[in-house]
Amino acid sequence: MNITLFSVVVFAGSLLAGFLGALTGLGGGVVIVPLLTLVFGVDIRYAVGASLVSVIATSSGAAAAYVREGFSNIRIGMFLEIATTFGALLGAYLATRLHTSTIGIVFGIVLLISAYFSSRQQPHPDPMERPDPMAHRLKLEGTYPTAQGEQHYRARNVPLGFGMMFGAGTLSGLLGIGSGAMKVLAMDQAMKLPFKVSTTTSNFMIGVTAAASAGIYLSRGFLDPGLAMPVMLGVLAGSMLGAAVLVKARTKYLRLVFGLVIVALGIEMIFNAVKGRL
Amino acid sequence: MITDSQVEKSIGILLRTGVLLAAAVVLFGGILYLVHRGSGHADYHVFRGEPRDLRTPSLTIREAFTGNPEAIIELGLLLLILTPIARVVFSVVAFARERDTMYVVMTLLVLAVLLYSLLGS
Repeated sequence: MNITLFSVVVFAGSLLAGFLGALTGLGGGVVIVPLLTLVFGVDIRYAVGASLVSVIATSSGAAAAYVREGFSNIRIGMFLEIATTFGALLGAYLATRLHTSTIGIVFGIVLLISAYFSSRQQPHPDPMERPDPMAHRLKLEGTYPTAQGEQHYRARNVPLGFGMMFGAGTLSGLLGIGSGAMKVLAMDQAMKLPFKVSTTTSNFMIGVTAAASAGIYLSRGFLDPGLAMPVMLGVLAGSMLGAAVLVKARTKYLRLVFGLVIVALGIEMIFNAVKGRL
Repeated sequence: MITDSQVEKSIGILLRTGVLLAAAVVLFGGILYLVHRGSGHADYHVFRGEPRDLRTPSLTIREAFTGNPEAIIELGLLLLILTPIARVVFSVVAFARERDTMYVVMTLLVLAVLLYSLLGS
């Protein structure tokens, strides 16, 4: 395939991934790597590099809208970014050391797990649980707007949340994904923060986390301009388009279909990795 | 005295500007790239890694100004990576104005990790 045709086709695929990712809230980054490796035969290291770049673009683009709404908590985000950035350094180093089929298997497992969590109704956090004194000292609290006025909240289980964030950062650096689902899990389920605060703060953190691995990717030659160009522009345009039509769309069936696509890609990734084709 | 919402608004503008600027540079480099190399063969099946000139910020910037299309795209990617880093720098200043020493220290730690990755790794 010549470079012009390749760029156009990859741009179109990335546009669709970004569009569906924004509509379903699952993020476009998670399908970019399988798309590039399984469909276009791209080496997983180039794929992970291009995907990470698109993650920074969509996160920063979307965060601009979220911070204005007053849900994201900048202190909680910054505190947890200590964990995610150190995790991201570790993940990026692992990406430069591990065999491509190992990365492929981990990627496949993460795809299957994220499809599982997106299909499940999250249990509501128990408000009776004891507040964490550490959260008060670290100022991990805030208020958010609700229909009944400003609602106060404070983080629980800070060490657990911090540890999960380190894991989320490691996966982000290893796989070139935003790992937004795991970040939300750490804040919403472990730290018992309100769901809306968790999702917006997570989005706010994704760009900084990804930037921590991007430097290592750059110095190891993972960031190919010819590949990153159509992927970044496609995902960015697709996610902006998705955010614009989000209010009108009925996303329930779309989420289901996209979830099934992710399961299929996860199985395909693991299968190809085991066969040594990645 | 600046309020939290003003800080948040400025952060929003900063992020959006950074992303759009980066996308514009990538698009410009991308068009040049397709004009010059569009008929070549796309091959990403074997990992070779990028040439040395595209692996460090300083060499990338130098190459970009010689008109090398790939270096111009890479410069756009660099601007994109710098966007969240600029946000962290901005947060250091915002926490310092609020005299929140604990958060100034935490934010500087995050900034150190980011700069290590970009310049020291």
